[in-house]
Amino acid sequence: MIALEKRPEPSRAWSFATPMLAVLLTMIAGGLMFAALGKNPVEAIRTIFWDPLFGEFAFYYRGQLLIKAGPLILIAIGLSIGFRAGIWNIGAEGQYIVGAICGAAVGLAFYPLESFIVFPLMVVFGALGGFLWAMIPGILRVKFNTNEILVSLLLVYVAEFLLASMALGTLRNPDGAGFPGSRNFRSYPAGFNEEIIAGTGMHWGVVAAFIAVIFTYVLFARHQMGFQIKLAGQAPRAARFGGVNPARLVLFCLGLSGALAGLAGLFEVSGPAGQISIDFNVGYGFTAIIVAFLGRLHPVGILLAGLLLALTYIGGEAAQSALGLPAAAIQAFQGMLLFFLLAVDVLTNYRVRLGKREAV
Amino acid sequence: MDLSAISPTLLIAALMVAATPIILAAIGELIVEKAGVLNLGVEGMMITGAICGFAIAVESGSPLLGFIAAAVGGAVLSLLFGVLTQYFLSNQVATGLGLTLFGLGLSALMGQGYIGIRPPTTSKVDIPVLSEIPVLGPILFNQDLVVYFALLLVVATWAVLKFSRAGLILRAVGENHDAAHALGYKVVRVRLMAIMFGGACAGLGGAYLSLARVPQWTEGMTAGAGWIALAIVVFGAWRPFRVLLGAYLFGGVTVLQLNLQAAGANIPVEYLSMSPYLITIAVLVIMSSGKAKAALNAPACLGRQFHASS
Repeated sequence: MIALEKRPEPSRAWSFATPMLAVLLTMIAGGLMFAALGKNPVEAIRTIFWDPLFGEFAFYYRGQLLIKAGPLILIAIGLSIGFRAGIWNIGAEGQYIVGAICGAAVGLAFYPLESFIVFPLMVVFGALGGFLWAMIPGILRVKFNTNEILVSLLLVYVAEFLLASMALGTLRNPDGAGFPGSRNFRSYPAGFNEEIIAGTGMHWGVVAAFIAVIFTYVLFARHQMGFQIKLAGQAPRAARFGGVNPARLVLFCLGLSGALAGLAGLFEVSGPAGQISIDFNVGYGFTAIIVAFLGRLHPVGILLAGLLLALTYIGGEAAQSALGLPAAAIQAFQGMLLFFLLAVDVLTNYRVRLGKREAV
Repeated sequence: MDLSAISPTLLIAALMVAATPIILAAIGELIVEKAGVLNLGVEGMMITGAICGFAIAVESGSPLLGFIAAAVGGAVLSLLFGVLTQYFLSNQVATGLGLTLFGLGLSALMGQGYIGIRPPTTSKVDIPVLSEIPVLGPILFNQDLVVYFALLLVVATWAVLKFSRAGLILRAVGENHDAAHALGYKVVRVRLMAIMFGGACAGLGGAYLSLARVPQWTEGMTAGAGWIALAIVVFGAWRPFRVLLGAYLFGGVTVLQLNLQAAGANIPVEYLSMSPYLITIAVLVIMSSGKAKAALNAPACLGRQFHASS
């Protein structure tokens, strides 16, 4: 008989080991999935996890790694702050889109002005767009006690339609011969988020992600707000007695995660994506949820998890062209990773006892 | 814009069709939540049901087999959620999200070869004399079987929850799992069964989209229907008939905006398409604030972990 026994406090050793165990289990289960699709599992796993870093075309893929990891880390950092407090913003995808729209709109409004002020202004409005979009569930939760999970998620669909409307109407390139999509920022240097060091994928969004990691680390290690967030998540009653203002906490967590997601969207649209188009968003906002959990809601963990998930995106593309693996397989693979992570997490909080349970 | 092109009778008949997937998924989720479990994976189970049902219906040529396969597919996927949350004691919110993400990926993977195919038609029940009645005929007596099944399910759920012993046990588990456990009810087993029922219903709802409503398979075709079902459960204050009302309201808005699009209303298509989501949010706000406070009706153990430590 297998029994679970609650640990007095979560095991530190297991909290480091479980993410790795989950990755390993996902590779095995993913290998089985690839085998079921008629691909050689070992080759598929190697193509996804090894070749992009050390294979023949690694010089190209390594640059892509930071480009993909940047937005994932930036969004996941914001989400992790809320998740720690038990505030579930799962609409980061929408905040990402609205941030991109607002920032890009400001940039396009200045076209063709060549001034150093354009890009910083875009960044500010990108963050502001995401912040305001996240404030909708925030204010509804605080004022009307509406569930922030559902509202933030439903707003993703609204944001997607807004994006379509912008790409087809308001922000459409006037010189684009009627094609959908805005002007491309590549042809507007003042608003283009260029690589800082060519070929590395290092753009301002990646810098922002690193800053966010450090900022969050300090927030949780040194700042009272970080303490209040942890307290509200682990002991909501104690937090209330301890004078934590729940409304302020909700607005802070949602606002910050929205602003970071908006930033991620702006850096993406003005850099790697280049323009507002109908299908500009690729689901970073949802994958970032996996990143946040895989990183155990810890800033440094999220940094590593972001790089790993970025690798699955790139490896997935590589496997698509090399092995003909369908793109959806990677999405299922990422979902599987979250499942295994949640499953093995039981080892962190519980001790597994074999044999008959002693009478208590 | 030509409003006269919109016929109220056809509108109501179409509304019932549009509401059916939501009713099915929401009733399933209502049972799950009544057992004290919050499964946010409705969207993932729906889309998995949509492709399971579609694939089997296309391969076998029988919509009925398709619907059965969809229910099985949804239930199997929900079992994953059940095992994780009930035995591995994982966080329900996170696991539900995981289920949605995984379901979206899995369904896209399974649906690779089924894009652009037409499924066998789900035949309508055409009750001879009754369907000839003006206005009421097309609304009440000329729908497909699933529409009637969904209505029946609402009534059955209401009756089971209100009058049967099984319903009482289910509610006890959801309201106070420690007390239910002390009384000797198998909390985990009851919850697993509720979760699987929810999965089967969501699968059916998804299959209704891919087999009858649209009818076609496209990736991500549920487009948030699962999340709207979750919102409708809150709107319905965990009561079957109010859930039905909520689903009809949502169906009405969907059909009306589609009709307005077709009639060439002076509002951009994208803004019309947003409206069902916005109205769902507005309704949620109204229900969760003030006197109507739906949250008071929520099962007391909703989303809480149960671990029989003694």
